[in-house]
Amino acid sequence: MTRYIIRRLLVLPIVLVGLSMMIFGMLQLLDPAERAALYVPGGVLRTQSALQDIIRTYGLNKPIYVQYINWLDRTLHGNLGWSVTAQQPVLSAILSFFPATLELALWSFVPIIFGGVFLGIQAAIHHDQWQDHLARVFSIVGYSFPTFVFGLLMLMIFYAALQWFPPGRLSNWATAIVFSPEFHRYTGMNTVDALLNGRFDIFADALRHIFLPALTLAYVQWALILRVMRSSMLDVISQDYIRTARSKGLPERHVLNRHARPNAMIPVATAGGLLLVGLLNGAVITETVFNYHGMGWFVGNAALHLDAISVLGATLFDGMLIVIANLVVDIMYAYLDPRIRLQ
Amino acid sequence: MSTPIVEQQGEQLQTATRVATDDLVIDRRLHEGHIPRWLKVMLRNPVSVAGIMIVIAFALIAILAPILAPPLLPAQAYQIPHSGYEAQPKPPDTAHPFGTTQGQYDIYYGVIWGTRTAFRIGIIVTGLTVLIGAGLGSMTAFVGGWVDEVFQHIVEIFLAFPFLLAALTLAAVLVPRIHNGLISGMIALVVFSWPSYARYIRGDILAVKQRDFVLAARTIGVPGWRILLHHVLPNAMYSVLVVGSLDIGTYVLTFAALSFLGVGAGEGYADWGQLLSYARNWIPNLAQYWYIVVYPGTALLLFVLGWNLIGDAFRDALDPRMQRGRGA
Repeated sequence: MTRYIIRRLLVLPIVLVGLSMMIFGMLQLLDPAERAALYVPGGVLRTQSALQDIIRTYGLNKPIYVQYINWLDRTLHGNLGWSVTAQQPVLSAILSFFPATLELALWSFVPIIFGGVFLGIQAAIHHDQWQDHLARVFSIVGYSFPTFVFGLLMLMIFYAALQWFPPGRLSNWATAIVFSPEFHRYTGMNTVDALLNGRFDIFADALRHIFLPALTLAYVQWALILRVMRSSMLDVISQDYIRTARSKGLPERHVLNRHARPNAMIPVATAGGLLLVGLLNGAVITETVFNYHGMGWFVGNAALHLDAISVLGATLFDGMLIVIANLVVDIMYAYLDPRIRLQ
Repeated sequence: MSTPIVEQQGEQLQTATRVATDDLVIDRRLHEGHIPRWLKVMLRNPVSVAGIMIVIAFALIAILAPILAPPLLPAQAYQIPHSGYEAQPKPPDTAHPFGTTQGQYDIYYGVIWGTRTAFRIGIIVTGLTVLIGAGLGSMTAFVGGWVDEVFQHIVEIFLAFPFLLAALTLAAVLVPRIHNGLISGMIALVVFSWPSYARYIRGDILAVKQRDFVLAARTIGVPGWRILLHHVLPNAMYSVLVVGSLDIGTYVLTFAALSFLGVGAGEGYADWGQLLSYARNWIPNLAQYWYIVVYPGTALLLFVLGWNLIGDAFRDALDPRMQRGRGA
């Protein structure tokens, strides 16, 4: 096991270097003047000599491998360039948008896992009965529903028609308070900060705004967890040790909760880990539809305005997150499943 | 995604069952006069029949598009006609049965011709990804050794990208270069989709490579490329082709998402995602302008649903575990 973790850790830098090379390669599709503009605050070059200055400073006329090493060096020092769309350096933009995404991820992750596991178990223990068919239809429709169509429908019904759940992150009055000096922004997550400041009115307002995007993410992702849980539970309850447990007269409830569910949860742990990473990367579409200003909104908006440097910076950040999370999931899996650990 | 130890086990098992099912399918095909068993299972399953019917309905709409919505200029059939430039969307009436978007683009025309766009994108993207992924994957897996290992690391790097974000980036960089949102969007999808097929076919190639007939071919001195093309590929290609073709719905969905965000099909192009992107400007008024979302949204949902219903039933039909459960 230790050997396995060490091997994975050794491969990690290789994957990250490969990732950065690919991102750098994509940057080379831009012409030198455009690439020069990426390093200028404001993104506009005023004079020809300013352009020459930038090209010299950042070595944009050097051979490509020299440029790559320089770029890697700047990136490692946290200089990811200037984001035209966010009007600030890319790294500070990422750091300012990430808490919103983390908040949304946490509010949707818990219902996804609990709902998905519950529905998956129901489908499995009622295999081929109406509960199973219903869960199946629910899951396949959710899996096929384009996120933005579902989001637009939610907005159409619950915002435009009923005025219950507005888009955005906060109402105007709440925004004014949150950004006032009396309000301490500990985490950047509105619901958490509101509670820490003892402002329950702001907590309620933030919750009202986060409800629809969280529901949209949940519906689309329930399908995934439900399927994984259903098939893994079906697999487990056909095993011999479950038959043994039943035949020694244990109550069915006990068999399902104590013998079957823990083992059936193992694949859900993997799927859940990867799901959490996906959510942390920022749900580009959900955040764009609901005008929820997190990582996903930032990247979507940047791509829309062809602000390539922001998109590339965020992709690098997300790619790193994925690589690291994959590693964590692998290791976690090995600890959950003794068979893998013993190999 | 990469979960090597688990994946290895899973992959071996998967490969073993897949090879076993392949053999079964081939055996049965010989005995039952060319109708594979899985096809029979699928035709008896109401879920897959519903999926097949949805897809056939869309195919008919695509074929009959020039009759259902005659274009003004046949040479520019994919450009949605618009009567005027008024910003306010208009509700359905006799001239525009599904209403119009902002800029007065006819939604009915866009939905009908958008079906052709969906099939075109789905077929082109799937064809290219499977061709590139399965081609590179089978070659490197067949050669084996360090080539296979290095290639698998490259695949891992590609898979480390968040898919939608990666496609979005590449499309955003490509659009100003080739001035065609449709082609840049498709290139972006292909570039980041092929690695999963490369990984998928690898297990099959490794399994087929071990069989006696490959050894036999080697013994009588058949050149390597010929063994790969004539002996290994025909036995390993089958499942990746099927899996790929069932991913059409997913690619259409992702492309629609790119269009929705503004880097796919251009303004006024008959594409469902592009039509839906108009809704973004009218979110507080969507209760009034519901037709911008409902018609193209339903078309997209049903199209993806149709493919997924077939795919779901197909995976069940091929999975021996599920049959045992069912038979019991």
